[in-house]
Amino acid sequence: MSKFVIIGNSAGAIGCVEGIRSIDKDSEITLIASEPYHTYSRPLISYLLWGKTDEQRMKYRPDSFYKDNNVNAMLGKTVVKIDAEKKTVTLDSGEVISYDKLMYATGSSPFVPPMEGLETVEKKFSFMTLDDAHALEAQLTKDARVLVIGAGLIGLKCVEGIADRVGEITVVDMADRILPSVLDSEGAALVQSFIEEHGVKFCLSDSAAKFEKNKAVLKSGKEIEFDLLVLAVGVRPNVSLIKEAGAKVNRGVVTNEKCETSLPDIYAAGDCTESHDISIDQERVLALLPNAYMQGETAGINMAGGEKLYDSAIPMNAMGMFGYHMITAGSYDGDIYTEKSGRNYKKLFYKDNRLVGYIMIGDIARAGIYTSLIKKKTPLDSIDFELIKHKPQLMAFSKKKREEFLAK
Amino acid sequence: MKRVYVNEKWCLGCHLCEYNCAYANSGKDDMVKALKNVKINPRIQIEEKDGISFAVQCRHCEEPLCVKGCITGALSIQDGIIEVDKDKCVGCFTCILSCPYGAIMPDDDGHAIQKCELCVKNANGEPACVAGCPNKAIVFEER
Repeated sequence: MSKFVIIGNSAGAIGCVEGIRSIDKDSEITLIASEPYHTYSRPLISYLLWGKTDEQRMKYRPDSFYKDNNVNAMLGKTVVKIDAEKKTVTLDSGEVISYDKLMYATGSSPFVPPMEGLETVEKKFSFMTLDDAHALEAQLTKDARVLVIGAGLIGLKCVEGIADRVGEITVVDMADRILPSVLDSEGAALVQSFIEEHGVKFCLSDSAAKFEKNKAVLKSGKEIEFDLLVLAVGVRPNVSLIKEAGAKVNRGVVTNEKCETSLPDIYAAGDCTESHDISIDQERVLALLPNAYMQGETAGINMAGGEKLYDSAIPMNAMGMFGYHMITAGSYDGDIYTEKSGRNYKKLFYKDNRLVGYIMIGDIARAGIYTSLIKKKTPLDSIDFELIKHKPQLMAFSKKKREEFLAK
Repeated sequence: MKRVYVNEKWCLGCHLCEYNCAYANSGKDDMVKALKNVKINPRIQIEEKDGISFAVQCRHCEEPLCVKGCITGALSIQDGIIEVDKDKCVGCFTCILSCPYGAIMPDDDGHAIQKCELCVKNANGEPACVAGCPNKAIVFEER
């Protein structure tokens, strides 16, 4: 019997519970998290404000999850220290809990760069947690003017969530396009024009130079009056606890393919870690829910004595704005195949006989077939690339492969 | 576990499986009312080219990337069958991004996804596509 302790309660932590329990039904699992809530899906906070879900339905797992998995959930408690030698964690209450194996799944936090006069702004919000969503929701009024700093995934999903509930929205981003980490310029322009049709204004290649209470002065000199300010500039991995304990940390916690950190018997998963992005063969923080789950599950299986590797991570995103969808994966490098027709847009990036990335906007049908080509590093000369580049399909694979897919 | 398996050399490309799927999941008890003048959006889809054709639907993988990647917890494995809780699904389409077979698609109104659930949730109880296949090009069996 081992004693497992998990810090965190989102996708990485839940994946870890499920990974452990797929092998070990009996050992003690203690899960500790600062937020007092049953595990919930963070990306759903925008859908909550939009009215597309509610707090019951946004639970990431059923109400009986902790009981069913025999997990001692200590919610609303914060770990303040990890002692990797004594193998203990200390809580804010002073309580000390020992572990045989520890999972570190602390996620990430909004990053707010220093901006002049930000302290003069009364109503400012991050958009990351359920509490953030509630705080913002409490201030939404039909005529509120909202300024969003950051046109990334978090900023834009926030825009979608509140668009029908406020007067006007302006989004500012330093980058020259929206969703700079997800889309190329051409794709971003398509999505931007669609969002603008919903009354949202953008100030790109610009940034807030200073704030004066309800006014932002941009670098360009433009002044924007607002009632509510949403700060969605970016997130940073929560690494301080494990760094203090002595683990190797770059931008995120460094882990190997088994999701072990550099400290014995301590594993890590999710937004706080770096992953090995196989599409470019580089370490990077891939703060994405599916990856977090898979890291957590991999770690859990290894913690319980099984064997599992997390070895096919790539950046990937599925995102919709007001019903206009986009799916992207991998990296945008190499030769390019483009298809455009009205609001449908597709770009494939391929290099060294492999698909390394793609962007699909509008028509996103069967995108996963492309994702799989990237993850499996399928040699493009082993499939009918001319056929598949036009439309993702299994017909492009050999008869033998098709049989493997559909008849085995 | 019993799954739907494809025998592509027997497939006529008649698309009956698509119609039977759409009918079985329409909730209607009259095939004409369910399908006439309706652009069907079946959970099983035929691929065809140069005389080859075959049906593709959810493989109910043992290591399902759709379930693991689901951001809401709407997708889950129930007795080996991968099911979607449409009430929880917000239509983010992360599962469409994840499925290596391209077997998940938006439902009719685009607010959630749909996928083959082996007809366990509709009145058929067993896959309607298989029952209606005239040439045994899809079968429902243990392998």
